[in-house]
Amino acid sequence: MNAANQQGLPAETVVKLVLAWAFVGIPLLVGVGFTLYNAMKLFQ
Amino acid sequence: MSFLDRSHTIAGPGFSRWLVPPAALCVHLCIGQAYAFSVFNLPMTKLLGISKSAPDDWQLTDLGWIFSIAIFFLGVSSAVFGRWVEEGGPRRAMFTAALCWAGGFLISAFGVYIHTLWVIYVGYGFIGGIALGIGYISPVSTLIKWFPDRPGMATGMAIMGFGGGAFIASPLSVWLMGLFTTPTHVGVAETFIVLGVVYFFFMIVGSIIVRVPPDGWLPAGYTPPAESAKLITRHDVFVYDALKTPQFWLIWWILCLNVTAGIGVLGQASAMSQEMFPGHITAVAASGFVGLMSLFNMGGRFFWASTSDYIGRKNTYFVFMVLGFILYCTVPYTGSIGSVAAFVLCFLVIISMYGGGFATVPAYLKDMFGTRYVGAIHGLLLTAWSMAGIFGPVLVNYIRAYNVAHGVPKAQAYNSTMYIMAGLLVIGFFCNLAVTAVNSRFHMKEGDARGNDPALRPAGARA
Repeated sequence: MNAANQQGLPAETVVKLVLAWAFVGIPLLVGVGFTLYNAMKLFQ
Repeated sequence: MSFLDRSHTIAGPGFSRWLVPPAALCVHLCIGQAYAFSVFNLPMTKLLGISKSAPDDWQLTDLGWIFSIAIFFLGVSSAVFGRWVEEGGPRRAMFTAALCWAGGFLISAFGVYIHTLWVIYVGYGFIGGIALGIGYISPVSTLIKWFPDRPGMATGMAIMGFGGGAFIASPLSVWLMGLFTTPTHVGVAETFIVLGVVYFFFMIVGSIIVRVPPDGWLPAGYTPPAESAKLITRHDVFVYDALKTPQFWLIWWILCLNVTAGIGVLGQASAMSQEMFPGHITAVAASGFVGLMSLFNMGGRFFWASTSDYIGRKNTYFVFMVLGFILYCTVPYTGSIGSVAAFVLCFLVIISMYGGGFATVPAYLKDMFGTRYVGAIHGLLLTAWSMAGIFGPVLVNYIRAYNVAHGVPKAQAYNSTMYIMAGLLVIGFFCNLAVTAVNSRFHMKEGDARGNDPALRPAGARA
């Protein structure tokens, strides 16, 4: 099997990709935001 | 439970390999909570006294053992279960890690409820530690097989999650404890239960998403090089044969020395910054500095591992050793001229290379020993982490205490430690210099009975 099927992904796969990355990305971004907010104290 | 078998995780047509990194992140972001366990330490010293510690409350020194036991069993379990993880496939390993991680939290909640510390040692320390080891190595070889063109970037993404797990766990744990705490009760047990359930759900989602590539799969447009590069083998080395090679032990020392140099300052960054810059860096600013270091620790894992795909693994570690040496030697100078900015910059780069050392090493092992047993070999290598976890803090704490006891001003008490760390990196430099290709007598031969499971063969080799 060649991964030519990686190109032109079906819509279902695109939805899965968006959901999967959002599932891990949103909590991580929120956590990083909290940390950055606290880190700003270093510059105050 | 056959859905856990490797054979049931083979990707079908249309599956995108970009679904595998979030699957790995589901596990690594959860087990990365270990870095944030210290948020429970203070509340757990007041479980009986509520507003202040009662005589029968636990001491901080006793609670510190929970994290130490967990990290110890991370190293032990990754070494012991490495081959099982490799042969059983990523879904079985992730599922097992989820059970152990959630189970560890639930047992610990029971330990808090009956106020018996050894139950928490067993729950979070022992069972949770096993989850850390299995979970940490579970997606490594799968990612390398899906991304033969960018193995450093792929494993860097997953291992970045381990560094980032604390960012989620820390505010979440504080929020949950606030929610469950009443004037007569500290809500640690309830927080453990909620975390156990949430982490189980997260990790199970990862185990459902994960897939291994089918026979002969290669990324679009990628052709394996016809001839091996000098330090990138196309052969496989059996997991226990890797232990007989000098390359394994050289990389073991490279990781151990790089991590020792970073872990010591990571744990002491707050106190060190305040003592080196009294009046300039306050306790509040120091906590901001620690947060910034954690961000660079996480970002460095992705940045350096991805960079290693372009400049090579050996060169990446040369950068860590040389740049680290220069920066460690510069730190005392930044203290003497009172430059907070230069001090912060030095440590942010150092800590990015500490994370980078963790994230780049799976790809380094893949280059040396092939793909088939890279997860198991990586598991064995993580014993270097356990060792560094002891060396690093001991070096920083004891040398500082010795200097202070001998009249060295606190602002300069860390100088000799910095030079020792720089010296460790010089040793690491020569270890890295000595790394050459693995002798062909260690390569697995066709029909080797120890590795006859075709599912374990690297995708390209099956084409």
